[in-house]
Amino acid sequence: MALTNDTIQQRLQEKFGESVSAFRDSHGMLEFSAPRELNLKVLNFLYDDATLQFQFLTDLTGVHYPSNKGNELAVVYHLHSLKQNSRLRFKVFAPIENPEVYTATGLFSAANWMERETYDFFGILFVGHPKLKRILNVDEMNYFPLRKEFPLEDQTRIDKDDEMFGRGGTIK
Amino acid sequence: MSEQHIKLPEGSIEKTTTTLNLGPTHPATHGVMQNILELDGERIVSADQTIGYIHRAFEKLAERRPLAQITTLTDRLNYCSAPLNNMGWHMTCEKLLGVQTPKRVDYLRVIMMELARISDHLICNSIMGVDAGAYTGFLYVMQYRELIYEIYEEVCGARLTTNMGRIGGFERNFTDKAFQKLEKFLEEYPPALKEFENMFQRNRIFMDRTMGVGGIAAQRALNYGFTGPNLRAAGVDYDVRVQNPYSSYQDFDFIIPVGSTGDCYDRWLVREQEMWQSLSILRQAYQKIQSFKGAEADVYHADTPAYYLPEKKDVYTKMEALIYHFKIIMGETEIPVGEVYHSIEAGNGELGFYLISDGGRSPYRLHFRRPCFIYYQAYEELVKDSMLSDAIMTMSSLNLIAGEMDA
Repeated sequence: MALTNDTIQQRLQEKFGESVSAFRDSHGMLEFSAPRELNLKVLNFLYDDATLQFQFLTDLTGVHYPSNKGNELAVVYHLHSLKQNSRLRFKVFAPIENPEVYTATGLFSAANWMERETYDFFGILFVGHPKLKRILNVDEMNYFPLRKEFPLEDQTRIDKDDEMFGRGGTIK
Repeated sequence: MSEQHIKLPEGSIEKTTTTLNLGPTHPATHGVMQNILELDGERIVSADQTIGYIHRAFEKLAERRPLAQITTLTDRLNYCSAPLNNMGWHMTCEKLLGVQTPKRVDYLRVIMMELARISDHLICNSIMGVDAGAYTGFLYVMQYRELIYEIYEEVCGARLTTNMGRIGGFERNFTDKAFQKLEKFLEEYPPALKEFENMFQRNRIFMDRTMGVGGIAAQRALNYGFTGPNLRAAGVDYDVRVQNPYSSYQDFDFIIPVGSTGDCYDRWLVREQEMWQSLSILRQAYQKIQSFKGAEADVYHADTPAYYLPEKKDVYTKMEALIYHFKIIMGETEIPVGEVYHSIEAGNGELGFYLISDGGRSPYRLHFRRPCFIYYQAYEELVKDSMLSDAIMTMSSLNLIAGEMDA
């Protein structure tokens, strides 16, 4: 029996009630979010539940939404249930002043470097991570380059304004 | 230099183990990566990997590039099989834009992807031979990789960083010469592969060097996020081509080879068998291509003028092509808002693209799921308590590509 997105949503809502929210279908993949304190509980539930069995961490990364005040940074987990052949996307948000999220390394060994990479680029602090240090950038770097406040282009150039990229003005 | 000038780290006099820097530029690492090994004699006590030496910030660069210009970035991920990355990227964009590709385009893509897979596996397997002391196989099979590169050249004009195809299809139809070269390859390569196989598969020295070396259990491999041949060598039959078929892979008949112990020898065998399977897929795809007749045989891209970058000669001679070219390049086309995750079975495993679009002409965020980066973290566990020479073998059997790891 194929596992449908509705079933996953139902199982999650039975377990976590109102805490899990923002369910939507994104090109066939179920997407939802939960408060950051619950990230391990949700991951553990998805891992252990006999019908779901999301036991493969496909991807873990961060996103910066500067306009999303109070929840500027997101950690995005892509999970795969190999037995059911179903994928889902799970997001937790954290404020930029205190970007602390529990580490998933206890559950997935694969999360180790992916979390280091996310820390390296977004400054998200994974609480309990065995070795949270930069991985791709130099250790001496004192900023987090994938945050939106770091523009890519030379700021003295006016011909490469964001308006050219269909966004209207610079990113706040 | 007198002794007082040499500053030794604390505790290094009493230390009984040796620290060895393997890399960043060591001939046996086949790429720019460093391993700080603690050795007890020749036995490895611990390994500390440092990566990022060729980090080029592709994810940041992609945030200021229109979708079509990101293809060139994907070339430089796993540069041993650039067409695979290119196709994966085009399919990600097509998923976001809602573009349906015709069957012929899918089959043409399958041909390019399988050729790329063969060239990728061929490098890995022959380099394993080099690291075990057999240079001949490597040099011998290079001329067959050359045949593959000639097909690339015929299709897109480039050899290594191919920038092949467009969103919606290919930039031009395959020439007759391209198909002739494919035929030539299909004819000449299998006997050479057989010969290559004979050289290694039951070779006493090669078996002794690889069997029981760098093994990993299926459960651990899954926990470490292994995908591709390295996971299949451990006995898990996960292949994106079958699990989540893309580009009409469901139309093909092929086997997923699996190993049992997950050691270097099994990885070698799995890659070897996959090359035979790729050859079979290539033949099937070529047969399917030949069955298209008349106007259908000229289809090489989807009919989506708003997203498909028109051919240059049309841009100069046709009004519509000029308009669409201008619109695509200047970012006047409507890009849907949304989030897409698409993955393909690349040479090393599941290559994923996580694309967030906010409607701008460039992605809001683009993340590459690079298989190498994810499974290389298991390296310490793989080589602990083994000999230094086994660590080299393990490294080459994982097919670590620095470009893919560092993005």
